[in-house]
Amino acid sequence: MADVVLNVTGASKRFGGVQALSDVGITIRQGEVVGLIGPNGAGKTTFFNVITGLYTPDSGTFELGGKPYKPSAVHEVAKAGIARTFQNIRLFPEMTALENVMVGRHLRTHSGLFGAVFRTRGFNDEERAIADRARELLEYVGIARYAEFKARTLSYGDQRRLEIARALATEPKLMALDEPAAGMNATEKVVLRELIDRIRKDGRTILLIEHDVKLVMGLCDRVTVLDYGKPIAEGSPYDVQRNEKVIEAYLGAGHKAH
Amino acid sequence: MKDNKKLIWFLAAAFLLLVLPSVAQYAGNFWVRIIDFALLYVLLALGLNIVVGYAGLLDLGYIAFYAVGAYTFGLLASPHLTEAFPAIGAIFPNGLHTPIWVAIPLGALLAGFAGALLGAPTLKLRGDYLAIVTLGFGEIIRVFLNNLDAPVNITNGPKGLLQIDSFKLPLVGFDFGRPGSLFGLEVSSVTKYYFLFLAVVVVSVLICYRLERSRIGRAWMAIREDEVAAKAMGINTRNLKLLAFGMGATFGGVSGTLFATFQNFISPESFALNESIMVVAMVVLGGIGHIPGVILGALLLAALPEVLRWVSGELDLQSITGGRLDAAILRQLLIAVAMIAIMLARPRGLWPQPEHGKAAPTPAS
Amino acid sequence: MDILLQQIINGLVLGSVYALVALGYTMVYGIINLINFAHGEVLMVGALTSWSVIQVLADSGLPGWLKLLLSLVAAVVVCAALNFTIEKVAYRPLRNAPRLAPLITAMGMSLLLQTLAMIIWKPNYKPYPILLPSEPFHIGGAVINVTQILILVATAVTLVGLMWLVNRTKLGRAMRATAENPRVAALMGVKPDMVISATFVIGAALAALAGVMYAANYGSVQHTMGFLPGLKAFTAAVFGGIGNLAGAVVGGVLLGLIEALGAGYIGTLTGGVLGSNYQDIFAFIVLILVLTARPQGLLGERVADRA
Repeated sequence: MADVVLNVTGASKRFGGVQALSDVGITIRQGEVVGLIGPNGAGKTTFFNVITGLYTPDSGTFELGGKPYKPSAVHEVAKAGIARTFQNIRLFPEMTALENVMVGRHLRTHSGLFGAVFRTRGFNDEERAIADRARELLEYVGIARYAEFKARTLSYGDQRRLEIARALATEPKLMALDEPAAGMNATEKVVLRELIDRIRKDGRTILLIEHDVKLVMGLCDRVTVLDYGKPIAEGSPYDVQRNEKVIEAYLGAGHKAH
Repeated sequence: MKDNKKLIWFLAAAFLLLVLPSVAQYAGNFWVRIIDFALLYVLLALGLNIVVGYAGLLDLGYIAFYAVGAYTFGLLASPHLTEAFPAIGAIFPNGLHTPIWVAIPLGALLAGFAGALLGAPTLKLRGDYLAIVTLGFGEIIRVFLNNLDAPVNITNGPKGLLQIDSFKLPLVGFDFGRPGSLFGLEVSSVTKYYFLFLAVVVVSVLICYRLERSRIGRAWMAIREDEVAAKAMGINTRNLKLLAFGMGATFGGVSGTLFATFQNFISPESFALNESIMVVAMVVLGGIGHIPGVILGALLLAALPEVLRWVSGELDLQSITGGRLDAAILRQLLIAVAMIAIMLARPRGLWPQPEHGKAAPTPAS
Repeated sequence: MDILLQQIINGLVLGSVYALVALGYTMVYGIINLINFAHGEVLMVGALTSWSVIQVLADSGLPGWLKLLLSLVAAVVVCAALNFTIEKVAYRPLRNAPRLAPLITAMGMSLLLQTLAMIIWKPNYKPYPILLPSEPFHIGGAVINVTQILILVATAVTLVGLMWLVNRTKLGRAMRATAENPRVAALMGVKPDMVISATFVIGAALAALAGVMYAANYGSVQHTMGFLPGLKAFTAAVFGGIGNLAGAVVGGVLLGLIEALGAGYIGTLTGGVLGSNYQDIFAFIVLILVLTARPQGLLGERVADRA
């Protein structure tokens, strides 16, 4: 049995009058790709924001790699090992693609002011390593030729791939991808699926929010379904797709599985 | 070949910079003084560029750090404290003459500390709120400098500090405050200061350049571009913002110390809000985040009005316009018009960062 | 006790001025995210314009209150036209420019207006004529005169009028919609340019009124008179919650009270160490304290950072 990478139980979050999450839990094991699906407004991104520290949960236990962590400081969560992409793609638009990924290396490197100003040997070596690794990652996701281009000039699909490269640069235990295929055309989705597949084959653990059914079916080992902030089903993509409660949540009561 | 071309440009520029004071001196010491002050502004602009340009933090109270540096040196190297407090006067019967090599690092340190202190409450604030709070800090410091002459006379209030020591290198017997000789040539005091300030500016440019191209510089820019994403990448935005404030403030403090030792007199008037705004204008008009642009902006806003003021004097504009338009008014008018016109014509600044990385072609399927 | 009531009255009068100016700032900021640094200068232009008109009407034989009223109308017209032009010439072209560009333009505009005013009206302080009866009324142990009463009444009436405009008219709806989401508002047929111009014009009218009130109450005008009150009013708008009209009023009035009470009591509070010459920084101290405790301002909304 593979190690548990992420274990969340009882996560709840309230916004004013809305209970956005009620008692949501998830367990992800090393090397798994777990999908988080549900109708719009079900709380998927809220859950993401909670586990990555953007929102402070009202309750819940959170463990990463067996160790408990407090999801309240975003940069601490990143340090602990969750790297995420955003639904609306949040790159550093005026920085080049290469620089974006180099920022991803910030977490695992340490030269500071002194090294920068005096260009010590340690600093120079580290800078070279950072740039090299960043280029590798750009190559890995397939946009190496855009290394010197400002991030905002890249196409939508390439920007998404850049965001993934940047997340990979932080050497995460868990990659959390928030609707990576959102807004993509069919061609871009194929490229994206190949990329996520490659990441999975290289042993990464992935938590994925997605609406695209084909993507979810094709990539995920397991799926958890949320509706109105509550978990309503969990299991293999095949089973979940035929689960009555899930169908009802998406399509309304009275529909049957095909 | 390209490298050779760059080298030639570099040598030409270096040569021009070296002979500039001699040329200017033909026109009079007045002009060299203007260049000296312009160099101090360049230092300020470079420092503010770290805060506003790299980290994206809009600081409208930057002149406060200039004041910290200036007053630190002014208090430690002038007769004020020994005269105002007999107890101190007894400890230092020959007066307080803190050597410059102690005063500059001390001023830099205190200013840097002040920067972190002033930055701390602003860390959670949105961009424009941050601007107003920093503006407020700047004003608070100015008001205190102006009023801390009672009940205990610490700053001497609006009268300011006089008889501040000049820059002296006692071991070599070199006094920047007096004319002397350099390599057998007669040089005035202002020319000596020119070379001193030029050296400091060159070092500062180097430091900024290196900071820009480093892990810290990239982290600052990430914060500027998207703070949430930066945090998600593990960047400790709080510490880095404090670092940006501190670094920027340090530049301000060093510049302030040099100002005090150059002018030998400081008063709260030199540290008013419009000075903070001037420095911001220099950075933005020049080209935010771009070192050559920032230097250009500083030189333009510092020196050009003086040039035009001189022109108006030559043309005797005051009598032409019946006393309404004099040199000071003209200077103010020109700065105001420059700020508006340049922004309308070139919103990214006169010399912004070159657009490296043009639009990517449409992706192949 | 006497001093308390007196300072409260002074504070309310001052606060009325701040509230009117703060409204102009907050409306503009709410709609185009710009700190209009030149807004304080609009107050100044209003005051100086009304002064000039009064000079012209000096020997006309009209009653004092009428001269004041006519000068006010003139001030409002001039300021509205001025602000309309400034927006069109200096801010509109920069609507899609980098964030800092319009800020610098606004600062330049502020300096320009001050300098032009200095050229037109000469740099000296000019006394503002006393046009209303100046016998004070006694309330408790404090005094208040007709001018001050009129200031409070005028401010209250103006606020009611503004509330009506914003909440019950087509223009007001358009303004609110544009402030929330300019693109969608445009899709609904709202012309953003027109709404923005209207915002500037209204803000200018308020500032002109504030300028005349300020001049009438404090008795002198000069080209630098707008800068500091403008800055403080903006500070008040911020700690009231920028973009929020009620916040601007609350912030403005509160600031006026704090300044008046602070100036009155600071000597006793600090045992003579600090005097009323520190009055000018009360605004900033309050701002820093409020924002530290409540970063969105007193009545502002917390804008959640959605990922």
